[in-house]
Amino acid sequence: MNSPEQTVVDGWQAGTRRFTSRLLVGTGKYRDFEETGKAIAASGAEIVTVAIRRTNIGQDKNAPNLLDVVSPLHYTILPNTAGCYTAEDAVRTLRLARELLDGHTLVKLEVLGEDATLYPNMPETLKAAEILVHEGFEVMVYCSDDPLQAKRLEDIGCVAIMPLASLIGSGMGILNPWNLELILDQIKVPVIVDAGVGTASDAAIAMEMGCAAVLTNTAIAKARDPVLMASAMRHAVVAGRAAFRAGRMEKRAYKASASSPTGGLVPSVATRKSA
Amino acid sequence: MEPLISIELNGQKVELAAHTVADVVLANGWLGKRIAIERNGTIVPKSSYAHTEIRSGDTLEVVVAVGGG
Repeated sequence: MNSPEQTVVDGWQAGTRRFTSRLLVGTGKYRDFEETGKAIAASGAEIVTVAIRRTNIGQDKNAPNLLDVVSPLHYTILPNTAGCYTAEDAVRTLRLARELLDGHTLVKLEVLGEDATLYPNMPETLKAAEILVHEGFEVMVYCSDDPLQAKRLEDIGCVAIMPLASLIGSGMGILNPWNLELILDQIKVPVIVDAGVGTASDAAIAMEMGCAAVLTNTAIAKARDPVLMASAMRHAVVAGRAAFRAGRMEKRAYKASASSPTGGLVPSVATRKSA
Repeated sequence: MEPLISIELNGQKVELAAHTVADVVLANGWLGKRIAIERNGTIVPKSSYAHTEIRSGDTLEVVVAVGGG
């Protein structure tokens, strides 16, 4: 028998593609490809991010390739522009990615501002988004948690808005839930928390707030047991989404409300003695 | 045997016997691998490897997918 959260197909859409899993995972920082493959399988993710880099000249011709482990036949590969600091470099990288992945157009745009924080460079991000959308890319965009920038990116035609929860790789969780709520309130395309998720509860909170999905890499790859953490993230995202759909109870500050009946109590010993 | 030409391949000066991008792909064992190639800043589609000539002084960038978030 299906559990209640499975009885309706609760999918979501990124551009022209539909997905069921609301967990997107990265492939960086793993010990080896074997661990990468196992963790990603355990995460249940359908969308998997990769970076684009120069190949090593003269390396072993039989050395395994990431895409042998994370096959485009089984996953939607989402190439990113990590390491790009200008719109020009980001656009160039994604054109190469499109060629590498046989015309694939769904991409993750991220233009970084500086080394120390990897904070998004929004002017360059906006510039790159304009060009990429014009060239027919379906752009999922990493951005600051600024509601105005998020709206501009949606107006340009990005298919998903992906604000940071906190700095990339910091594991600090959602540091500004109010900004995230402002973004969720006004953005119509999927909003995906990207960067800063540290553990399963962070992912669940993002989903409870109404995010369409969560993207995480370091929280899984740098857990003591990445495969187990991948499974934890999978469940957290499912639980958070179900809680969002179920609609949480109203918060009642400073006022308790008993869960059990207040009448029909067996009189306490103290009461009987005094009677 | 093709004459040797000198090109810049992923930032390294290399000498190799090649007329076309396809020759470079074969020489490096990249046939059938998931790569993308840029010649002098312009992407060379896979379907054009065989008829895209390379000359001494050309710059080739060859990229692959690697782990990343």
